Amino acid sequence: MADKNAILAGLAEIVEEETGLETDEVQLDKSFTEDLDIDSISMMTIVVNAEEKFDVKIPDEEVKNLTTVGDAVDYISNAAG
Amino acid sequence: MSKRLVITGLGATTPLGGDVTSTWDAALAGTAGAKTLEHDWVEQYQLPVTFAAEVAVEPAQVISRPETRRMDRSTQLGMIAAREAWADAGLTDVELDGERLGVSFATGIGGVWTLLDSWDTLREKGPRRVLPMTVPMLMPNGASGAISLAFGAQAGARTAVSACASGVEALIMAMDMLRAGDVDVVLAGGTEAAIHPLPLAAFANMQALSRRNDDPGAASRPYDVDRDGFVMGEGAGALIIETQEHAEARGAAVYAELAGGAVTSDAHHLTAPDPEGRGATRALRRALLSAEASEEDVTHVNAHATSTPLGDVPEYTAMKAVFGAHLDSVCVSATKSQTGHLLGAAGAVESVLTVKALADRKAPVTINLENQDPKIPLDVVSGSPRDLGSGQQVGICSSFGFGGHNAVAAFRSA
Repeated sequence: MADKNAILAGLAEIVEEETGLETDEVQLDKSFTEDLDIDSISMMTIVVNAEEKFDVKIPDEEVKNLTTVGDAVDYISNAAG
Repeated sequence: MSKRLVITGLGATTPLGGDVTSTWDAALAGTAGAKTLEHDWVEQYQLPVTFAAEVAVEPAQVISRPETRRMDRSTQLGMIAAREAWADAGLTDVELDGERLGVSFATGIGGVWTLLDSWDTLREKGPRRVLPMTVPMLMPNGASGAISLAFGAQAGARTAVSACASGVEALIMAMDMLRAGDVDVVLAGGTEAAIHPLPLAAFANMQALSRRNDDPGAASRPYDVDRDGFVMGEGAGALIIETQEHAEARGAAVYAELAGGAVTSDAHHLTAPDPEGRGATRALRRALLSAEASEEDVTHVNAHATSTPLGDVPEYTAMKAVFGAHLDSVCVSATKSQTGHLLGAAGAVESVLTVKALADRKAPVTINLENQDPKIPLDVVSGSPRDLGSGQQVGICSSFGFGGHNAVAAFRSA
């Protein structure tokens, strides 16, 4: 099980790079679309960058289930097992 | 009498400077924009041409990082010029009707960096790593679309794509939109960012580029007997063009009038100019007609003058055919000697320079003119800027492109 804090920090960097949002705004309970205003194209870019960074696969059909940052951290954590 | 159209805002980012003021000051002083390229890929690919005229200010220094990730370099440069023009026109705090605001922006090549970087990603890392924004970033209308979004322009965002004539053609498309009565204001211009090893290698193989690798600053030398090709440049220019009624109603300051313009096509050869410059002649004549101007009204031409052995002569032939004896009273600036050739942005940046010349009554200099080609006996502004004097006058900006495109814009002093 990968360290969830490290995943959150890494994910926050990816989100910042893509959207310009400060890394400390990227918190576990934040919704990608509602809170962070991330559209579907940005979300796919974030997913692809996360796959590379964490060496995991996130299938396209899973992406719609990743509502919050916490969902993504959990998914990556489990996938990286 | 056509509706009068006026230019109320200017923007530019060029090899001479990151904005209009720095570009214009450098253009009056005479500044070589071309430098030896300091990228690994020059050595890696053993490019036959090792220099170009890159922008003086990197776009990443001006725009935010998320923007740099979502916009191709060409769109970034176009956005920088558009923002400057918008602010310069005093539109920042003005509530414009978006349905009466248009965009007409040009590019010659479009998002070539995005296209080829994505191809590298696909080959090296596989399809999953290709960014979802790749297509909207590489498409040639990327800049028009992004600019229309940034300024809320809902009356159409057109893209002129006619190689090196694109920049002027975008202004003429803007003029058509305004004259048709569809819009009150158009944000027009052109952008290019194609200093990439592939276009450099391809243009070099066409024998179109100067090989003066040992002295880049002296390489772009229009009208000089020792000219040996053009110098690749990059950058963007933007102009706010509006109806006179609209500008007056909001009390906007006016640089000059966009009096007229015309495009023609050679139908002669895909890349070589018509040796007699017939297409260019027709474009010049029609531009003057469109401007309701006589040949004698013209005092200044910012010429296409790319510094290729073949291209500079037919342009002279065309000017001679149109202006006749009056050509002796027309001062000509070949500013590509300083900026290099900005391809699809060339006509936009040179239009900005032509408008500045009419507003400041000074024609910018042509550098590197040491031995003027006797086949081109023009009155070329070199050494120091030329005083254009007082009184109403017309300045011309000409651009010609691969495909046989000719585009000429005519500006009248305010």
